[in-house]
Amino acid sequence: MNLRQQTREWWQSGNPWIWLNAGAVSVSVLMVIGLLLLIMVQGLSYFWPADVFDARYQEADGRIVRLIGEITDSETIPVARARDNGYTLDEGTGQITRYVVKIGNRDIYGADFKPVFAPFLIDITYPRDLIVGERREWGNFYGYPLRLLHDGKVVAEGEAVPAALAQALAHVTDLFEQVEGLRKHDIGKINYQMERLRLERRRLELDGVKDPSAYADIERRKAALQAEYEKLNARIAELGRELNRDSLIIRIQNDQEMTIPLAKIVRVYYPNAMSVFAKLGTYFSKIWEFVSAEPREANTEGGVFPAIFGTVLMVLLMAVLVTPFGVIAAVYLREYAKQGLIIRTIRIAVNNLAGVPSIVYGVFGLGFFVYFLGGNIDALFFPEAQPAPTFGTPGILWSSLTLALLTLPVVIVSTEEGLSRIPRAIREGSLALGATKAETLWRIVIPMASPAMMTGLILAVARAAGEVAPLMLVGVVKLAPSLPLDGNFPYLHLERKFMHLGFHIYDVGFQSPNVEAARPLVYATSLLLILLIVLLNLTAIRIRNRLREKYRAMEH
Amino acid sequence: MTDVRTPRQLMMWRMFKDRLARYMVVFGGINVIVAVILIFIYLLYVVIPMFRPAEIARVSTYALPEQARTLALSLEEQATMGMQLLDDGRLRFFDTQTGEQVGEARLPIPEGVRIMSVARGDPASNVFAVGLSNGQAIVFRQGYRVSYPGDKRTLTPFVEYPLEGNTPLQVDEEELPLDKLAVQLDEEQATVAAQTPDGRVLLVHAAPGESLFAEDEGWSVTRYEVAHSGKPVLRLLLDKQQRDLFLAREQGIVDFFDISDWDEGPDLIQQVNIVPPGRTLTRIEFLTGDISLLVGDSQGTIAQWFPVRREGQRVLTHIRDFDDFTSPVKDIVSEYQRKGFLATDAQGRVGIFHSTAHRTLLVERISDRPLLQAALNPRADAMLLLDDSQAHFYRIDNEFPEISWSSLWGKVWYESYPEPQYVWQSSSASNDFEPKLSLVPISFGTLKAAFYAMLIAMPLAIMGAIFTASFMSPRLRKVVKPTIEIMEALPTVILGFLAGLWLAPFVENHLPGIFSLLILMPFGLLFAAWSWRMLPDRIRHRVPDGWEPVLMIPVVVLITWVCIAVSPSVEASWFGGDVRVWLKETLDIDYDQRNSIVVGLAMGFAVIPTIFSISEDAIFAVPKHLIQGSLALGATPWQTLVRVVLLTASPGIFSAVMIGLGRAVGETMIVLMATGNTPVMDFSIFEGMRTLSANIAVEMPESEVGSTHYRVLFLAALVLFALTFIFNTGAEMVRQRLRRRYSSL
Repeated sequence: MNLRQQTREWWQSGNPWIWLNAGAVSVSVLMVIGLLLLIMVQGLSYFWPADVFDARYQEADGRIVRLIGEITDSETIPVARARDNGYTLDEGTGQITRYVVKIGNRDIYGADFKPVFAPFLIDITYPRDLIVGERREWGNFYGYPLRLLHDGKVVAEGEAVPAALAQALAHVTDLFEQVEGLRKHDIGKINYQMERLRLERRRLELDGVKDPSAYADIERRKAALQAEYEKLNARIAELGRELNRDSLIIRIQNDQEMTIPLAKIVRVYYPNAMSVFAKLGTYFSKIWEFVSAEPREANTEGGVFPAIFGTVLMVLLMAVLVTPFGVIAAVYLREYAKQGLIIRTIRIAVNNLAGVPSIVYGVFGLGFFVYFLGGNIDALFFPEAQPAPTFGTPGILWSSLTLALLTLPVVIVSTEEGLSRIPRAIREGSLALGATKAETLWRIVIPMASPAMMTGLILAVARAAGEVAPLMLVGVVKLAPSLPLDGNFPYLHLERKFMHLGFHIYDVGFQSPNVEAARPLVYATSLLLILLIVLLNLTAIRIRNRLREKYRAMEH
Repeated sequence: MTDVRTPRQLMMWRMFKDRLARYMVVFGGINVIVAVILIFIYLLYVVIPMFRPAEIARVSTYALPEQARTLALSLEEQATMGMQLLDDGRLRFFDTQTGEQVGEARLPIPEGVRIMSVARGDPASNVFAVGLSNGQAIVFRQGYRVSYPGDKRTLTPFVEYPLEGNTPLQVDEEELPLDKLAVQLDEEQATVAAQTPDGRVLLVHAAPGESLFAEDEGWSVTRYEVAHSGKPVLRLLLDKQQRDLFLAREQGIVDFFDISDWDEGPDLIQQVNIVPPGRTLTRIEFLTGDISLLVGDSQGTIAQWFPVRREGQRVLTHIRDFDDFTSPVKDIVSEYQRKGFLATDAQGRVGIFHSTAHRTLLVERISDRPLLQAALNPRADAMLLLDDSQAHFYRIDNEFPEISWSSLWGKVWYESYPEPQYVWQSSSASNDFEPKLSLVPISFGTLKAAFYAMLIAMPLAIMGAIFTASFMSPRLRKVVKPTIEIMEALPTVILGFLAGLWLAPFVENHLPGIFSLLILMPFGLLFAAWSWRMLPDRIRHRVPDGWEPVLMIPVVVLITWVCIAVSPSVEASWFGGDVRVWLKETLDIDYDQRNSIVVGLAMGFAVIPTIFSISEDAIFAVPKHLIQGSLALGATPWQTLVRVVLLTASPGIFSAVMIGLGRAVGETMIVLMATGNTPVMDFSIFEGMRTLSANIAVEMPESEVGSTHYRVLFLAALVLFALTFIFNTGAEMVRQRLRRRYSSL
């Protein structure tokens, strides 16, 4: 057979189409893997302490400037675009590499990043004494450490700086944490109690209580709190003075000297001098900070702990709400309701609800839960706080209720499926032995269907954890002043707004003023959220498989 | 058991528990189902009030003293007090409930001079003017000071004279009576137009003088005589910007003057007949915002006209008619804040209308005599109507006049627009803004986004499902299926973020690469398959059947890499280095960074797992004996697939597509982040869109609870609900039918 004939035969057999279909599978799988890889690489590399270079760079206008920073991104672009930016380049070269260099020191230069064309970057060195620091404000700083000051006096210079700095920074960080603890915990508590006293007083007024002793009591408690507050404030002021005594002077890329108070520094490191293990240490400490610390700088730096906490708490509340209702509805539909046209219709409707867009649930939650239910609860139980709403405003309770409604079909469908898989014989056996229907259900059917319920619940949780659109209407905020769970009675504050990983991604990626600097953090947050959800889904799949095994055993 | 109860008691207790459990489950189950249905009902409950007509309720009817001599009438904010301007220059303030006088003021009219005409400025400015028989005009502002002594709202009416104290303005220097009058006054300027019995139309413009210090130059006055046909004018209309002057005559001829240039004087733009033949003009008024004219004629038709820009000229154009009256229109009163108005006719009927929505909210007979005058309060929740002897005070319940079928789904000719259009623009800084609440652009955006997503997702997902279910080796299938399915749980906010911040710039920088990728990928795959076929059997047989996708992976990677890698060179050599510039200059196509390609790719990615999973199940569930039978009869695997498997599984695939479509339609975060959210109607693949869901997410947090905007957003949610419900129910019905068909096989 010649080639042409072979080709024609191959074409007519339809095999090419099969190969095309195989290609579709490859494309889909590669898209999935590529996406995960992209997020993983971008998210995990963010924490790596990359080497910092010191180089000279020729600007478009021919000036030569000094550049200190790290390369965060590079891309190949046509020369034409570089020429558009005013650079003179030979006609011949078709493409050119452009780096994005993080130069930090935002307070001095105004921007964190600088696009740089590779051919104009010369004399690149990696000095070992270059220091990188993370600050509580204004992002990173890069430079050469010169002197360490204590009360304006030089305590270390040149080579001696790193050791002295490490020691001083440990001390200052310790102080800073003390101050933060006092401010957040103790003063927060006093403020909370003050607010409660104000409400108590207002309540008395609304109830028409005329007895002055009641008011005097409130005033007395208020005065006590005030005194405590003064005392704490004095202590904070004292610590604050102690905190602000140390500062570091560095030389930055334009040879200017810059003074940085140690109180503003989170951590410093010397990437060019670090071994791989030292870098790993810093890497994991940064990851730990990411999952355990509060956000800084309008969420673009620091950690995402409140968002993790908010997501988990909201999802837990939702699980508590959705499980009983979903299971009862499924038991009713499967075990008690008379199977007929109506139940069939309801079943289709419930199935369809799983496909209703989540934003519709959000709209419903906002209108019904927040404004209608919440507004009425406020009018009935919290008249003293009026006109400020208590429950009549988006909050964690309404968010979990909305998501419970959203995931109800998942639980119902899954539970029903579990119930329908239980062989008739088992039920009939139980009934034949004299058990009532309720006993059969409670002792036999529900335990056997419990893995299915678990699967449903986990799938519901996975869906709820990733859902953002409805939450934007019923309760998440970009920055919640306090967690919904704290040490103040009644501990769980259902009316509070909360932070959420998914919303964090949206907010930091699209609403923050410095998107460029925040992007790696968004990748890291995405990775965290994906891990959480994939974990939940894998659990659900494992449970489902176990369940199938169990039934297979039973059918024989 | 340590139970001390007798068996009988125990039995009773168990039976009781059983019954209790039954009641509780039934009660709980039904409640949950009701709660689910509640969503739909609640959405309807919020939406329905928008479509209800207006309602009015009579509060009281009384005779105002000297009612017949009333020149003008107005109500204060909450309609507790009214003002009646009498023809002898008195302002009577009265309680609107009873008509009792509560205050009086007197205009400084010289001895022996009579009031000939009255004019009212922009309602929000509370400016009035009266034209006198000696050619003078008195411009005054009438308002109320509100105080709360003892928590009780108390009104104190006042009258002030913003133009040079209270000396009247000499409009006609020949001192002839001012028969007709129009006035406008704001912080920067004042204009008065008047007609004298000899047919002259005079225009006086006053602006604060150049020198702020010279007392006598407080206002610099310019005067013009407007050149017109000389026929008597029924009504003069001056817009609040003091740029346009309309002279309306009883025969329906309107002269439209541009008076914005005070150095050149009035400029006649157009003369037009605004009343159909055989009718006469009975009333003409501005709609709020002073752009539209509302024209009432002798047959009861109220027509809306406004200037439309045509070839650089503004041309007064007929927009729409309200044909609800059958007798001459007596009075037209525009609302203060909305584009609604109230009209009365000679048969004693009152009508409430909304211009943008082209909606008649109410027509009701109030009196058996002609209703001569009407007044609305600024909130438009009360009206006072005068016939020749009685005053009728009504409360109005008309909260959502802006919404009608035509304003939501039809093309609407908005003020200052060149033609009727579909526009969504829900808010603006300006007070007399005309809300543009057409759901068409955002519904279109929803379908456009879903269309591009399906364009990407359908081939990939269905073809992938075909291979996975029919040809793939079981071991590989065990890995591939969960991998793709787990992506269904991937939060869409992550996809949206990647689409907006990574994919959109990537596509922008590699546009030729992306397009060549979309085109070359199928051909490249076919070519690779052919090359494989041409390899010696020895090598080919090393790879067992069903592992083709693994072979294809390096091919896909290679094609992608090549396309992306050559993209800059292609761009440099064929498109002058920048495709966006080339598109704009050569094809005149705008390029948005966040466009339909990006949305299509990202949302396509989001729906691939849904479609894949369901169609894979459907194909896999095709009974094996059918396939084996077909193969045994000599059909090739491909023939078997196309003629037997796909045919049998087609309802399942259809239902998968429907469910995927439902998901694409309702998806919020991806479109919110990957499109520019501009509500444009444009099929271009290089432009973005705004979808129903993103629109809700963007605007809901800012809308006022219970307002029209809030309810329209609920309506958008309801539309979304209905759309997805239809898709899903369709899919479900197909699936049920499929199940029946399989059971017969």
